[in-house]
Amino acid sequence: MARRAEQVGGPPGRVLGGAVALGLAALILGTLGAVAWRAAWGAQADGAGGPLLGPADWAALRFTLVQAGASALISVALAVPVARALARRRFPGRRALIALMGAPFILPVIVAVLGLLSVFGRGGIVNAALAALGLPAFSIYGLQGVLIGNVFFNLPLATRLILQGWQAIPAERFRLAAALDFSSAEVAKQIEWPMLREVAPGAALAIFLICLTSFPIALTLGGGPRSTTLELAIYQAFRFDFDLGRAAVLAALQFAVSGVAALIALRLALPQASAAGLDRAVERWDARSPLLRTLDTATIALAALFLILPLAVILAQGLPTLTHLPGIVWTSALTSLCVALGSAVIAAGAALALALAITGSRRPRLFEGAGMLPLAASPLVLGTGLFLIVNPWIDPAALALPVTALVNALLALPFGLRALVPALREIEAAHGRLADALSLTGFARLRLLILPRLRGPMGFTLGLSAALSMGDLGVITLFAAPGEGTLPLQLYRLMGAYRMNEAAGAALLLLVLSFGLFWLFDRGGRADADA
Amino acid sequence: MLTLENLHLEQDGWALDADLTVSKGTKTALIGPSGAGKSSLLNAIAGFLPPARGRILWQGHDLGPLPPGARPVSILFQDNNLFPHLTAEQNVGLGLRPSLRLTAEERARVAEALERTGLASLSERKPAQLSGGQQSRVALARALLRARPLLLLDEPFAALGPALRAEMLDLVARITEETGATLLMVSHDPGDARRIADTTIVVAEGTAHPPAPTTDLFADPPPALAAYLGEA
Repeated sequence: MARRAEQVGGPPGRVLGGAVALGLAALILGTLGAVAWRAAWGAQADGAGGPLLGPADWAALRFTLVQAGASALISVALAVPVARALARRRFPGRRALIALMGAPFILPVIVAVLGLLSVFGRGGIVNAALAALGLPAFSIYGLQGVLIGNVFFNLPLATRLILQGWQAIPAERFRLAAALDFSSAEVAKQIEWPMLREVAPGAALAIFLICLTSFPIALTLGGGPRSTTLELAIYQAFRFDFDLGRAAVLAALQFAVSGVAALIALRLALPQASAAGLDRAVERWDARSPLLRTLDTATIALAALFLILPLAVILAQGLPTLTHLPGIVWTSALTSLCVALGSAVIAAGAALALALAITGSRRPRLFEGAGMLPLAASPLVLGTGLFLIVNPWIDPAALALPVTALVNALLALPFGLRALVPALREIEAAHGRLADALSLTGFARLRLLILPRLRGPMGFTLGLSAALSMGDLGVITLFAAPGEGTLPLQLYRLMGAYRMNEAAGAALLLLVLSFGLFWLFDRGGRADADA
Repeated sequence: MLTLENLHLEQDGWALDADLTVSKGTKTALIGPSGAGKSSLLNAIAGFLPPARGRILWQGHDLGPLPPGARPVSILFQDNNLFPHLTAEQNVGLGLRPSLRLTAEERARVAEALERTGLASLSERKPAQLSGGQQSRVALARALLRARPLLLLDEPFAALGPALRAEMLDLVARITEETGATLLMVSHDPGDARRIADTTIVVAEGTAHPPAPTTDLFADPPPALAAYLGEA
């Protein structure tokens, strides 16, 4: 029904949506243009002599690909037994554990890193145990640390994706297998392996793409010439050498990598984690042997321990220091709150305008494309470009907070669209005809129909973007002046100064604020919802 | 007078022809097997389904160029006739002014419409807090207030029990008499048609037949209707 589409995307939809799409394109393509121009100009200034990319840059590219690939393979390989155990066992706390596996998405990376350091670091639990056994100490810094960090964040994602595959197998098939007296190995071969062959590659690719731009983990656990990612190299060119030309070259390279990755992701329609239906366990007659039972129990316990222990340590160490944190932690927390709220408002507003344009337009392609643009951009590439643009005019440090809010809003936008667009389509399907029959158009339609019915997804979008921005340690590292900045940056500085107790307190504060913001908005959107 | 002039409706693999007139101020039932196109015909008149060919005219004016809200039509759908997040009063108020910025005089008219449909004490409730019958009343109160010359009912009372449905039909009859509206209602139940419809349009086998007096029609059903009623 073409007429309906016209009315929805009327004045509020198309004009605002168009403005947002243009702004997005200008911002992202503009920053990339600045990066490319500076990279080319730098090459010219160098003369024909040196090659554009030195051996260190190629090493950074290689390490970026290697750590992303290894992280993806390890995460998926470990996720298979965890998902299998979760799929075929019922136990108290199963639901909570699966819910917990969704949490890393909004968990501030720097908090997790601190927790991992307390477990795997020099003075951590693992090394204490190794020393007690008389074994040599384990160092978390380097490739192994980056892998531990990436697996900590992506094992839960992989587990959820693969668990979805398991739950999509009809229960009748396991019943048939039991009727035919299949052993557990035969079930694996006939039923489970074919499913894994379909699901696992998609999960691995999704994680590979995520890890291509993981900056905070490389910043804190990597480092050194042998374990530097492209994003980290950009940061180092900025902070240590203040070599903007080299930063621009690296940023252009990083953009090429993530651009190709984003195109691949679009082509393959990557799997999405959803919470629906994961709380069901299927009766399995083939998995009743005590050996399998013990194996599954151990697998689940180890996975839970790996995920919970680092956070538990933060809680234990942070709680006592929470009351006497240095003043600068509190002021930076306040700064972060302002940035997070600003970022959430920008992200949700832009996502709403774009979603209205996408659902209301007859040619949504352009708007959809604009909404996808942030997927190809990485925080440090955007940061480099923006720095290059503003540097000749204003002191970038003066713009540190607005730029952080803006870049974070940009990066959260695609997730907001993913929540809002289907919800808008549902609203139009259910109530669009009645609204048309009553001439409910334009802003009245927005105010009386769309916004009230969109409260849930809007709350989710606000909460998600606020939490992501609250915990972000990316572009702020390029712009912030010493002694200023957000809570994650302050936490990073405390860790750098080895003030670990205060760091634990600050980490706990950051954790509470991030999850608190998400909970508050998400709850606010769902409270008092009408049938 | 409503005129369907060589009207041809098409939707993937399905088609319906109608060439007929409905007199102003009459109450007409549309009856026929499901899937024959009764709802589609109402949707075309209301402006939700553009005709493949032909015209729809009201008092000689072509409705074709008008969007749904600008047509001289009130329509009640099978479901989703109320916005679940708005109160009964707000849902009725939308009939006067889609922005809901009502003047005191308009507010009084809303209250009156609620009163006349027996909803005075329920005006602050949202649809989920109302029974099925009460929800139907709210939708009818809005139709009463809009007082558009054509009232289209696409089985809005299908989910109600027989007694409640009869009550709603009586309310519809009262409203159309008060507003002078021309009523077109889809029905599955011959009893409904007999209860309030002066004339009946049989929709079957790709054609909407011109309206015939309901009593005559049921006394001596043509083959298409007889087949539907199971009397052939």
